[in-house]
This record gives sequence, structure tokens and C-alpha cells, in this order.
Amino acid sequence: MSAEVKKTAEKQSFLAKPAVQSIIASLLCIIFGLLIGYIALLFINAKGANEAIITIIKNYFTYPSKAAALKYLGNTLVKAAPLLMCALSIQFCYQAGLFNIGAAGQYVAGAGASLFCALSLGLPWYVCLLAALLAGGVFGVIVGVLKAYLNVNEVISGIMLNWIGLYTVNMMLTGVKEVASPYTVSVANTNPSALLPSLGLSKFFSNNKYVTIAIPLAVLIAILLKVILSMTVFGYEIKATGIAKDAAKYSGMKEKRNIILTLFIGGALAGIGAAFLFLTGYEQWSVSQSSVPGMGFNGIAATFLGGLDPIGTIFASYFIQHITSGGAYLDKNIYPSQISDFISAIIIYLCGFVLFFKYFLNSRLKNKKNNAEGGNK
Amino acid sequence: MVLLLQYTLLFASVLVLVALGGCFSEHSGVINLGLEGIMVIGALGGALTLKYINPSLPTFVIIIAVLATSIICGVVYSMLLAFACINFKADQTLVGTALNLLAAAAATVIAKTINIAENPDNVSSTVQYGIAKKVLFVNIGGFRFNWFMLVALIALIAAYVILYKTRFGLRLMACGEHPQAADSVGINVYTMRWAGVLISGLLAGIGGIVYITAGVSEWKFENGVAGFGFLALAVMIFGQWKPVNIGLAALLFGFFRALSNVYSGFDFLAALNIPGSVYNMMPYIISLIVLAFTSANSRAPKAEGIPYDKGSR
Repeated sequence: MSAEVKKTAEKQSFLAKPAVQSIIASLLCIIFGLLIGYIALLFINAKGANEAIITIIKNYFTYPSKAAALKYLGNTLVKAAPLLMCALSIQFCYQAGLFNIGAAGQYVAGAGASLFCALSLGLPWYVCLLAALLAGGVFGVIVGVLKAYLNVNEVISGIMLNWIGLYTVNMMLTGVKEVASPYTVSVANTNPSALLPSLGLSKFFSNNKYVTIAIPLAVLIAILLKVILSMTVFGYEIKATGIAKDAAKYSGMKEKRNIILTLFIGGALAGIGAAFLFLTGYEQWSVSQSSVPGMGFNGIAATFLGGLDPIGTIFASYFIQHITSGGAYLDKNIYPSQISDFISAIIIYLCGFVLFFKYFLNSRLKNKKNNAEGGNK
Repeated sequence: MVLLLQYTLLFASVLVLVALGGCFSEHSGVINLGLEGIMVIGALGGALTLKYINPSLPTFVIIIAVLATSIICGVVYSMLLAFACINFKADQTLVGTALNLLAAAAATVIAKTINIAENPDNVSSTVQYGIAKKVLFVNIGGFRFNWFMLVALIALIAAYVILYKTRFGLRLMACGEHPQAADSVGINVYTMRWAGVLISGLLAGIGGIVYITAGVSEWKFENGVAGFGFLALAVMIFGQWKPVNIGLAALLFGFFRALSNVYSGFDFLAALNIPGSVYNMMPYIISLIVLAFTSANSRAPKAEGIPYDKGSR
């Protein structure tokens, strides 16, 4: 009998681990998100719904040849890297209790700065990257200063800056757009030195020229953030500010400075993310776009799906980008590709219930434990 | 000049409606960041009604039908927020943001599906409602009076009366200031908060249809409502959560928004040769400045954003 008790105790401790709970919660969010997406597909056209949801999940695996699949895996990774950076930006700020919805605008600022440096000024890639970092950082600092000194809600100021950023960048890049289209001129033709180096990585992806050092760098940055948050004094202060702002202030932490610094880092991360995409030449900026790019918003999905942990965010970002890219393979004359955005949005909504889920699970486990102990006495 | 006045009043109507929605929700203690999304869903419902309704029906019937669908769509959609944030104590910022993203995606999917069903080659997310839209306004001289302006005015007066002169309104505000105290005298905090959020859904739903019918006769739902839900929140903060002040703040913001529509009609503005993007940015810049000056001594409801837990009384 004692072995049995021990066994249940072990099982409980496994379920009680926060990491395990986060993974279960995220998997549940994904399953329910896909399920609701599938139901939506059924409503749109019941006949092809099975095939459509499989297409979304398969993404590049739809290609029969291994070489093609690898190439398109590369494309998904190229877009997952900036998404990961945006997600890390939101994740890092959330540790300090700040909801950085301005990541979308910081991403836009980074895109504007890197493309301006690359196309108008003809600078090499590392300078463009630095410019993107600073531009994103400055956008973050504005939000930070407003929050720290003037008590402006960071969500509202972030949204306002998203639109200000969008229109400013559109104006800034009008000088380097193609004559016949609203898109900026190609980086590869205008200034090849601004392209991020590949260091031979593209060979692994059937010579996909868009695969660059951006992908491993994004993962390294995620690991670095994990280390900063869990092992340094600065990381500790940020988390303390997030949990109890007044207590942090009372114990001598400079909470105003920390808020501004956190948002600078957050902004810089999102800015670098934009450079990671636009300096590969994979996409061109359209100077006539009238809505803020969704990258920063998808980052919110990746952050919360990743259980607010930098390492979890790596996998979550890949997943979100995987289904977003998968949506593009749907038959456009039957299903709108935005069904992927719909699924990501459902996932974010469901993430709102995660806290309640954990609370529910823990109280269940606690009750069970109490009952078991009661039986032993 | 008349055109500027007309657009100012029209955009101010949108902002008043949505900001009052935010005001009700926040006074009950729930921060509704999903206003933008609720606007999109309300706009979609209204636009589809305008598209399919028989344009020969009496004006009054059309307006009521459009208002009713927008309201139903807005209220039903806001239930998602109420359910998660009040009953499940979810993070209000997160759920509000999710609602915004979900609305944009869902509206695009729905609009596209309808277009594809009509014509498989039409994969745009645009809904056209040109014919029936004409009933929404009456020309008085050069001024184009829109019935929705009247709706906004009624909403403003009603909001003032409800919040300050009725038992319901005072109880609602108590739940946003000190829910524990409200509960201790027998007010059901959860019901009141549900009421606050549903009213915000009602008003934001109307705001959505007013916004998209303001100047154009078709709407591309991929674009959402361009941050108007958040501008309305800025209006609400500038108006210090008070209906009358919100009305005045909305006029100011509406003016700057209208300017971007009509600046080319003014010779001295056109002569300055400022790019259109600058005018587009204007409302957002103004709101940042206004927020910077008004947020420090904000009179926000004290308990807003904090999920109410009976156990913590």
C-alpha cells in the first residue's frame, strides 16, 4: 500500500510542476484553437474542411519532394525569427508587468530604420541592424517615459505609437520605392552589403537564399534573455517590479528606471526582429499600407502560448508561424487564408483562461493530497 | 468649412459612443480594451444589414434594423470579454487584445466567405453597402445631417442620466470604486460588471457602424477600424470618465480626425504642402500629448482592472 501512496505522490508532483502545467495548458489551447478553426472551416465549406485543416497543419510538408519541403521550411523559419523577436519583446516587458502591445510599432520603426539605412544611405548590414535596434528602442523608451513619469497606460500609448510609426515609415521610405509599385526597391539589387550574411546556412535548406544568421541569432537571444531573467540582479529586479511595483520601490529598486530600461530592451528586440526579416530581402515594405503589420500582434499569441518563458516562446513562435504559413496554401477561392489568424486569435483568447486552469488544477491536487494524507493518519 | 463641421460631428459621434461604452465598462470595474474589436463586429453586422436590406423600405425601419443588428453583434461579442474576465478572472488586457485580433480575423473571414460565395473570383474582404446607405443622412443646405449624430447625442444624455441619476448607475459606479463595499450592502458585483461590459458592447457596436459609414460606401474589413477604439479610450481618459467631458473631448479629437479627410479643401492648408500622412498621424499624436498631460492626476475608477473575488472581501 505504501508503494501505491508513493506512486500517487510522484504523479502529483509531476502534475504540480509549473513547467508541466504550462505545457499542458498550451497544448490544450492549441487543440481547442485548431478545433474551433476546424468548425469555422466546416461552416465555410463542409466538403473540403478536413483537407483544409490538414493543409494548415502540414504547411510545407504538402510538397512531395524533400528538397522543396526543406526550402519552404526555410521560408517558415525566416518569418518565425522576427516573430520570435516580437514575442520576446512582449514577453520581456510582461515580466515587468508591462503589456507591450507597442511591439508592433517598434517593429515598424525597426523596419523603417533598417530599410532607410540600407536603401537610402547604402550602409552595411550591421549598421542597419544597429539602426533598427535604436529605432525600436526609442519607440519603447517613449512608452516607458510616459508610463514611468506621467502614468500613461502603456497599451494606449503603444497603440498610438503604432499608427504614428506606420505613417512616419511610409513617408520615410517613399523616396526609395519602386517607380511602378508601392514597394521599396529590392535590397539585394540596390545594396547587397546590407543583406544579412548566411554563413553557409542556406545550404541546409536547399539553397534558400533567405535563410541567414537571423534564425540562430533569434534563438540565441531567447536563451540570453532566459539567463538574464533567471540569473542576474537586473532580471530579478524586473520580475520584482512586475509582481509588486510598490514593494520593489520600497526595497530600493529604481522602478522608474527599470520600466524605461525594460521598454528600451523590449523595443530594441522588436526593432531587431524587423531587421531580421527585411534585411534578408524576403519581403519588401509597401509604402501605401494602411494597417500596422500583424507581426507584433502575432507575437502576443506566441508569448502567451509559450507560457511566458523565453524557451517556450521559441517553440510557440515556430508553431504560430507554421500555421500562418500553412494558411497560405489553402485554396483561395474557397477558404480565406486569414483562417490562420483566426486560429491564433482564438489561441490568445484561450490563453486568458490558463491562469484559472492552473489555479483549478492546483486546488484539485491540493485537495487530493489532503485526502491522501488524511487517509494515512 | 461646412464639410469640416460635418466630419467633425460625425467622427465625434463615433468617439462619443465608443468612449461612453468604455466609460460604462470601466465604471463597473472592467477595463475594456476590446472596444476596437467590438466596433469591427458591430460594423460588420450593420454593413451586412445595409447590404441585404430592401432599400425601398421606410428610412426609419432601415435605421432601426441597422442599429439593432449592430447592437446585437456588439453585445454578443462583448460577452466573450465578460465571460473570461468576470467569471474566469482572466487578464483583462490580454483578453481585450485577443478580442481585437479575433474580430479583425473573424470579420475578414466572414466578409471574404460571403464574397467568395457570390463570386468565387472575388477574394477581397470588402463589403459594399452603397445604395441603402443614402437613407442614413438628410441634406440640410450644404450640411449633410446623419441620423447617427442624433443617436450619439441621445446616448450622451442617457449616459449622464443613467450614471448619475439612477440607482443602477450609482450602483454600477460603486462596483468600480470599491466592489467589496458594494457587495457588503447586497449589490451583486458580477451582475453589475456584466451589465457594464454589455452596455459597452452595445455602444461600441453602434460606434462601429457609424464609423464605417462616415465617409465611404464600402469597407475593407482587413483594415479593422484603424485604432479608433483606442482613440475612444484616449477620449474617455481625457474626459476623466465623465459623460459631459467625454462629449467635449470627442469634439476635439473628431476635429483632428476630420482634418485628415478634408485638409485638401482648404487653400492655406493645401499650400503648406504637408504630406497626407502627417494629417493621418495627427489624431494619434494629439492623443499622446493629451494623455501625457491628463494621466498623472487621473480619476480612473479605483478598482478597474482588478478581477473581483468574493473571497477577498
